[in-house]
Amino acid sequence: MSEIVKAENLKKYFPVQKSFFEQLFTRKRSYVKAVDDVTFSIKKGEIFALAGESGCGKTTTGRLVIKLVNPTSGRIHFSGEDITNLKGERLRLLRRKMQMIFQDPYASLNPRMRLGDAVGHPLVIHGLIEGKKEKQELVFEVLSKVGLTPPEQFVNLYPHQLSGGQRQRAALARSIILKPEFIVADEPVSMIDVSLRTTIIDLMLTLREELGLTYLFITHDLAVAKYISDRIAIMYLGRIIELGSRETLFLKPMHPYTQALLSAIPVPNPERKRKPIELAGEVPSPINMPSGCRFHPRCPYQKDICSKKEPRLKEIEREHFVECFLYDV
Amino acid sequence: MPLLEVNSLVVEYRTSRGKITAVEDVSFSLEKGETLGLAGESGSGKSTLGLSIMRLVPYPGTIAGGQIKIDGVDILKLREQEMRAIRGRKVAYVFQDPMTSLNPVKRIGDHFVEFICTHEPTVKKGQAFNRAKDILKNLGISPERIGDYPHQFSGGMRQRIMIGLAIALNPDLVIADEPTTALDVIVQAKILDLLETLRRIYGMALILISHDLSIILERCKKIIVLYAGQMVEYANSEELHENPMHPYTQGLLRSIPNIELSDQQLSAIPGSPPNMLNPPPGCRFWPRCQFAEKKCSSEAPPLVDVGNQHFVRCFFHVSEGTNNE
Amino acid sequence: MSKSEAKPKILASIFMPLISLKRRGPSGWMVIFGLIIVLGLVIMTLIGPWITPYDPSKSLVGPIREPPTLQHPFGTNHLGQDILSRILVGGSIMLQVAALSVLICLLIGVPVGLFSSYVGGAFDRIVSLIIDAVYAFPGLVIAIAIAAMLGPGVINMSLSIAVVYIPSYFRIVRSHVLSIKELTYVEAARAIGAKWYTILTRYIFPNVISSIVVVVTINFADAILTAAGLTFIGLGVTYDIPDWGWDLTNGRNYLATGAWWMITFPGIMIVLLALGFTLMGEGLSEMLNPKLQR
Repeated sequence: MSEIVKAENLKKYFPVQKSFFEQLFTRKRSYVKAVDDVTFSIKKGEIFALAGESGCGKTTTGRLVIKLVNPTSGRIHFSGEDITNLKGERLRLLRRKMQMIFQDPYASLNPRMRLGDAVGHPLVIHGLIEGKKEKQELVFEVLSKVGLTPPEQFVNLYPHQLSGGQRQRAALARSIILKPEFIVADEPVSMIDVSLRTTIIDLMLTLREELGLTYLFITHDLAVAKYISDRIAIMYLGRIIELGSRETLFLKPMHPYTQALLSAIPVPNPERKRKPIELAGEVPSPINMPSGCRFHPRCPYQKDICSKKEPRLKEIEREHFVECFLYDV
Repeated sequence: MPLLEVNSLVVEYRTSRGKITAVEDVSFSLEKGETLGLAGESGSGKSTLGLSIMRLVPYPGTIAGGQIKIDGVDILKLREQEMRAIRGRKVAYVFQDPMTSLNPVKRIGDHFVEFICTHEPTVKKGQAFNRAKDILKNLGISPERIGDYPHQFSGGMRQRIMIGLAIALNPDLVIADEPTTALDVIVQAKILDLLETLRRIYGMALILISHDLSIILERCKKIIVLYAGQMVEYANSEELHENPMHPYTQGLLRSIPNIELSDQQLSAIPGSPPNMLNPPPGCRFWPRCQFAEKKCSSEAPPLVDVGNQHFVRCFFHVSEGTNNE
Repeated sequence: MSKSEAKPKILASIFMPLISLKRRGPSGWMVIFGLIIVLGLVIMTLIGPWITPYDPSKSLVGPIREPPTLQHPFGTNHLGQDILSRILVGGSIMLQVAALSVLICLLIGVPVGLFSSYVGGAFDRIVSLIIDAVYAFPGLVIAIAIAAMLGPGVINMSLSIAVVYIPSYFRIVRSHVLSIKELTYVEAARAIGAKWYTILTRYIFPNVISSIVVVVTINFADAILTAAGLTFIGLGVTYDIPDWGWDLTNGRNYLATGAWWMITFPGIMIVLLALGFTLMGEGLSEMLNPKLQR
């Protein structure tokens, strides 16, 4: 399988707003290092999950890959082409091939646009259709694909007349109408009722089969990541600390953070008395990162070297990468 | 005598678009020190139910019927003054969003002191301060931080402070409404452990409200599954897990990904939660139910006792035999 | 749509919003009352020329300075003109001035506000600075200054009022745009490749209209009063056409002699018109405020 998306040493630093006095008296600029040297590639047709807790940088990484945000440094490749500095018209053309679904179904649709117009708008923007009839045909087609049937009924509705699950489907329809190759899904089911999540997830899987899509699936819910993805990368404070296939990562989590994370996930079984691994403290502020390995202050296995040097992502087993001095000898 | 007894509670909202029966005919009881989980999705009425136990249902909601007895006293008959004595002291509430529930211009210590001194006028400020420091210790927060402001704490710590405030007066019952939804999984586990620890130290009963059935199954002894304002199933957690009888409960259990399993076959419940302005006639779940028959769309099923302290609201409650793993 | 289908549809589209207004409680009633007053006065002004008992501009149709009688229910003025007739047609200038100034404001204030807040950065800061400078001046003072510069006339009056009001439109539009600029559906529009003007016109503008509507009504009310004020100090229309402001000015001279009817009736009409718009504006602003659902 070939690579469709490649992120190389991506960094995104946000300058911190200083208070009035700080501006007067200090010259130091502090940054929120939201994404700090992230490298990975996504193979065509796979579902690549980017997982981690809030603030780890996964959402920003997703936006970097799809060029909704410009990186501070690093490169992004799409289908072999370096798109890092793409701007203007060429960037707009690229948008036909990569799309995004957002987390909040209540906010991602224009409240003043009817569904038919909203879903068909990408066609209009890119001038791909001749006339209303063609647009309607294509819109009906995608609405049926996502299960909003009968499409004639849905095209004239406004978002507030739909449920959360339906809105998310409409957002999906809008994202596939241009027949893209790659979709970034940012927490697509977090705000949807539990009983409906599987519908959306299964729909995404079906669309992958039908349309040959590749997904970057961003989520904080590892159980969902396990269900849907082929490969997973776990992020912590802006870096990928472990990356592996679904089988290996969950069976044999290597990084202490991954292990703690997995042990903390509730299991729907009252008889299963789990003991979550205790992690000291909380996630530190991304402005003042710990020295060396950014996880070391909370790590139950921390060694001397951990506070002094930063570990790098290394392939420890086949297709299983970890960034930790426990393995990096 | 049970600590909390709710009988046939009905809570309605009168909106400009019509009447919504957010809670309908809910009855259950809770003993001292027990944990009860209220599981449900949007529109299920679980938050409204929690708020009504505190008589904090916001306008335009009203408690339209039923009884809520705390230690034998029907609080629905109390005057507001008497109710205020109960809120905080006997029953405490932990709100969902720790980001906005604390006053940003008040120090943490002041939150505690004001709370304690208002409800226990005999306690002096200095005593209250010391109590607050002890509570912070139990919360896992350094007592020196008592002079800090809310924004200096992270979301997880703020939620812990909220919990600390809830238990500050040693209430008999704590109602926690989605206490971990806004938090990360690791912090979530810590908060739930904290609630459990405090519960054992102070002997409180806990009502945990959540849409996350996994947490409820793990942490609660008794579970009520709510759908469209009604109790559809009420049982002990092991019984519910082994033997779910209501099609909604079964569907819910089948739709939760279990991190410990591989190759799960998940299935969703078709349709969507009902429009509460115009709920389906008969059984509220029938449009989404694979077992629905003609009877279901015209008659409302009653809550039936199927033994083993297990209640189901369904004409065709069928045991699935083994559970869904 | 055939003609027979169109008519009930048009009627429905007029009455349905009114019915839904009624259900919104006190604020809905405010809008309805305001609307009734305004529409009533507009219709009166429009059909005025045909229903006046006397020619409003003709002098000596009756004794001069006569108090209200059966033949002249509002009395006559110092030129012997029938005040009732003058009242019936006198709103015309005011309404024109108000409407024209609102139009100018909409055509300038809204697009500048939209564009400046969307683009942001240094451009937005400079434009905001200029607008704030204009806003800082007391409205009437600027109106007087500009009217004095430009001279009398409907268009000039409208211009001077518009200049005073453009900053309000700019600020309201800007604050609303800023609050929705970072919302997800705008980001989604960028993600599907929309160009900036598409985003502004189809995604941002339709969601900002609600706040503009409120400013429009308040603008109308204020324009009426400012127009009256300008006329009062002699900077409005100077030729003798029936105008409430004009009559107000003249009436003042005769108040001391006890001819209260010359100033009172025009005054009431001005207040009534301004009240109508204000009621609409206040009612709309309350209605459009995000309220707690449920």
